[in-house]
Amino acid sequence: MQNNIVIEDKGLQYVGASRIEGPLVVVERVRDVGYDEIVEIIDSAGRPRFGRVLDISDKQAVVQVLEGTTGLSNKNIRARFLGESFRLPVSRHMLGRVFDGLGRPADGGPAPLSAELRDVNGMPINPYARRYPREFIQTGLSAIDGMNALVRGQKLPIFSGNGLPHDRLSAQIMRQARLLEEEVEFSMVFAAMGVKHDVAEFFIRNFRESGALARAVMFFSLADAPSVERLLTPRVALTLAEHLAFDCGQHVLVLLTDMTNYCESLREVGTARGEIPGRKGYPGYLYSDLASIYERAGRIEGSPGSITQMAILTMPADDISHPVPDLTGYITEGQIVLDRDLFQRGVYPPIAGLPSLSRLMKDGVGKGYTREDHPILASQLFACYAYVKRVRGLADVIGEEELSALDKQYLKFGEAFEMRFLRQGEYENRSIETTLELGWDVLSTLPRDELHRVSDALLDQYYRESKDVVCEVSV
Amino acid sequence: MATAYKVTEPVAIRISGPIVTAIGMHAAQMYEVVQVGELGLVGEVVRMIGDQATIQVYEDTTMLKPGAPIQRTGAPLSVWLGPGLVGNIYDGIQRPLPGIQAHSGAWIRRGEKVDSLDTEKKWTFEPVASVGDNMMPGQAIGRVVETPLVNHLIMIPPELHGKIKRIVKKGEYSILEPVAVIEDEYGTHEITMMHRWPVRLPRPIRERLRIVQPLITGQRIIDTFFPIGKGGAAAIPGGFGTGKTITQHQLAKWSDADIIVFIGCGERGNEMTEVLREFPELTDPRSGRPLMERTILIANTSNMPVAAREVSIYTGITIAEYYRDMGLNVAVFADSTSRWAEALRELAARLEEMPAEEGFPASLPTRLAQFYERGGAVTTLSGKPASVSIVGAVSPPGGDFSEPVTQHTRRFIRCFWALDTELANARHYPSIHWLHSYSEYAEDVSPWWQKQAPDWTDLRTEALTLLQREDRLQQIVKLVGPDVLPDSQRLILFVAEIIKDGFLTQSAFDENDMYCTPEKQITLMRLILNFYRRGRDLIQAGVPLVRIRQLSCVPQIIRAKTAFGNKELEKIAELEKAAMEEMDGLAREYNIKEGTVICKTT
Repeated sequence: MQNNIVIEDKGLQYVGASRIEGPLVVVERVRDVGYDEIVEIIDSAGRPRFGRVLDISDKQAVVQVLEGTTGLSNKNIRARFLGESFRLPVSRHMLGRVFDGLGRPADGGPAPLSAELRDVNGMPINPYARRYPREFIQTGLSAIDGMNALVRGQKLPIFSGNGLPHDRLSAQIMRQARLLEEEVEFSMVFAAMGVKHDVAEFFIRNFRESGALARAVMFFSLADAPSVERLLTPRVALTLAEHLAFDCGQHVLVLLTDMTNYCESLREVGTARGEIPGRKGYPGYLYSDLASIYERAGRIEGSPGSITQMAILTMPADDISHPVPDLTGYITEGQIVLDRDLFQRGVYPPIAGLPSLSRLMKDGVGKGYTREDHPILASQLFACYAYVKRVRGLADVIGEEELSALDKQYLKFGEAFEMRFLRQGEYENRSIETTLELGWDVLSTLPRDELHRVSDALLDQYYRESKDVVCEVSV
Repeated sequence: MATAYKVTEPVAIRISGPIVTAIGMHAAQMYEVVQVGELGLVGEVVRMIGDQATIQVYEDTTMLKPGAPIQRTGAPLSVWLGPGLVGNIYDGIQRPLPGIQAHSGAWIRRGEKVDSLDTEKKWTFEPVASVGDNMMPGQAIGRVVETPLVNHLIMIPPELHGKIKRIVKKGEYSILEPVAVIEDEYGTHEITMMHRWPVRLPRPIRERLRIVQPLITGQRIIDTFFPIGKGGAAAIPGGFGTGKTITQHQLAKWSDADIIVFIGCGERGNEMTEVLREFPELTDPRSGRPLMERTILIANTSNMPVAAREVSIYTGITIAEYYRDMGLNVAVFADSTSRWAEALRELAARLEEMPAEEGFPASLPTRLAQFYERGGAVTTLSGKPASVSIVGAVSPPGGDFSEPVTQHTRRFIRCFWALDTELANARHYPSIHWLHSYSEYAEDVSPWWQKQAPDWTDLRTEALTLLQREDRLQQIVKLVGPDVLPDSQRLILFVAEIIKDGFLTQSAFDENDMYCTPEKQITLMRLILNFYRRGRDLIQAGVPLVRIRQLSCVPQIIRAKTAFGNKELEKIAELEKAAMEEMDGLAREYNIKEGTVICKTT
């Protein structure tokens, strides 16, 4: 990164700060400095740290130091304003590499050669110039492909909780994700904010071993890195993704983990600036800020490429109404919710059936994309599983024995659905056909006239009349 | 604040996100539009202290520096009103998005300047007034066929009146060419087909009217149970994933308004793309023309500048008022007003205003009231009846309706369509909850409905009562299971299910079901209720519920909404007849004497 910024011709340095507080440094009497300009803060030992301008007046500049303020002193620091906003050199040669949270090589390799510098804040896509998301991305997971399909250009987050296997799940998605046509270029950008060293190690090893690293770029802002660095990491990753997708015409899948850490950094900076807090202390602009990340997904006119986003976030105390999942859900096109109860019963991936939703599924599955029975099968599975939940509630009160014969059949269906359809191995990659056949298998444990949503023609074709397809509960 | 710049020209002295402080602004006015910096970023003056002004900038301020020049325009933020609005898509400050794309590609660059209306295009102007006519404000001097659906009246702007001195003949003119000259006591004024109006100022009307007409939306749960009147205001609150946007889209597609203004305020970019892709292909059920020919879109998506989001609501409502002034019924859909309120909160925080509830400015209720009060049924300045109906989506955090935006909105609307997460999870769409929603317009529009069907009020009340009783019975079922209930009560549970599956849920994607005419709504309701009335009598006479459940007409009744189109009402009548015959069969089987079963077949 440093290699690409010529510092020598920007001679002016300001010595000393009037105030240092949290990640913020206030530099007095600056001239010709712009809002959001990038700053180099040089500590007494001469080491540079990056920062950016949050508030600028004719008297002072408030600088947010991205690499922490530890060891800075009011007296000795020097600030050098670099005359531009934060920019990232982008190139397709970055594929296969690992970088830190600000886009500097972290794998021992050299900085990528590139003449292209991009503002990491990007520009809003003109809604008129967007192309509507279409076409199916196969993740090899029945719970996602069958019930909540991911579509190119969609943003679909995973709502998880502490201790749930979201890391394993996201690694599996990264390993298995593919498009149904093979001739198009498909790459992945992975950004981790505030993850622990061993988790980072897990991802890198996983990617190397499976060979997925060759078509992926990884950005890590580790848990012990200064928290403000995380504010830039997703933007850095998306800037590269935009280059790959819209300049190089690739289909890019972006995985962002963990957005809760990102929001916490935002809260930290907001508090340090003395801003008026909104819900749970998060700044009032959290929605707009998250939108400026999530909305950088999609497809545009004039480019064959696409950006598909999966953001992973952990819900504090599994609370889906916490501001972070709540605001995320308002921006993204659906959500995949991991369920602790399923996980404890040994179902991996523990993807909750009912609260999970892919809003764009209707536009990427069915005839011409996957198979014509796909949408109706998903809708029928949803409807039946919703009923299972009600029957289970009832069974808890009056006991399973008291249920009607039909309700008991529903319980069996629920068991089959969870154990055969949802559950699968961590290295089990199911094709969409396998997923759909499995779906019909479990649906066929119910009487045919219970399947209100399916037309007779489809039932004739797919419903298994023979009664021997009852569930065997093993994988 | 002391400053290092000794200048009289206005310059910026502080930049903090979208808020810029400038000096040298003593002559500026509140809400005046200014251009900031070399790029000419559009901003609006929102506070004045002495020589200093606070400017809210509608574009990204990255690398803007203190000392940047400010250019005043001397006018408040205004929209262009004239032919060419319909079918267009604008950002929050009325810049046409297709124009921006033609200019700079897929991304919205800063400082983009594109005219709101095409100034080159020639429209066929046809005069309807002649020289010597005395014109009052808002009176039409001519008309332009804007689209096959919209007859655009060229009106005297609200602040002018006088005698026509000159008027052009029928012919082709651009919106900037004068088409008439009128003379008043101050002199002569040229009238063009386009005029400007400040967005924060409601356009004048003659008087407000009582709401008597329903806005037919083609959505059964809304039209039958919770109707909105033409000129009314409604709110759709719901947590994420409850289908606010789909519901809004459905209403925008099928409402029987003359003009639809759809404001995508701080929502998803792909949703606006979906509207843009779908509306030109869908046809209006009444005229058979593409829906886009009566639709105006305002799209300020969540990643576009927040200050422009704040103003997008006003841009939309001002355009709506303009078409209302032509004597049209306009419906405004704002998705979502919560994002707008959040924009207010964000800007207020940047202005360091004292926050009230949950960080929202204390002026939030006033601002909401001002917005919703710009709707209404009115007599226009030229004496025509017209209306603006407003439907605002509300996105309460965590789906909690007790938060400030939902609570304050409730005070200024009279129709509340509460979306329910549980219904949405069960894929019951539209997920409008029948017990938590209400409409105060039901009374106002019931005379209209009674003209369609004299038993409308009875049908509606009976169905709602059934649903209420079902809810209470469900509480018992949750505790002890359904088997302990007597058959008469289990019939209520059964029929409530039929009402839910066969009437309340409505597919947005099914040809026959997406739009349901009032006649079909009444027919379906009557079918289900007659089935219930007859079933109740049978059970009283000793027929077990199981037999009624097993009747072959039951699945047909549930599927009638999708099986039959709006023009096949006689087939629904046949189905009803078949159902009654089947139940007659049951009655005979259980030896129930003719005459003991009383069934109204109105």
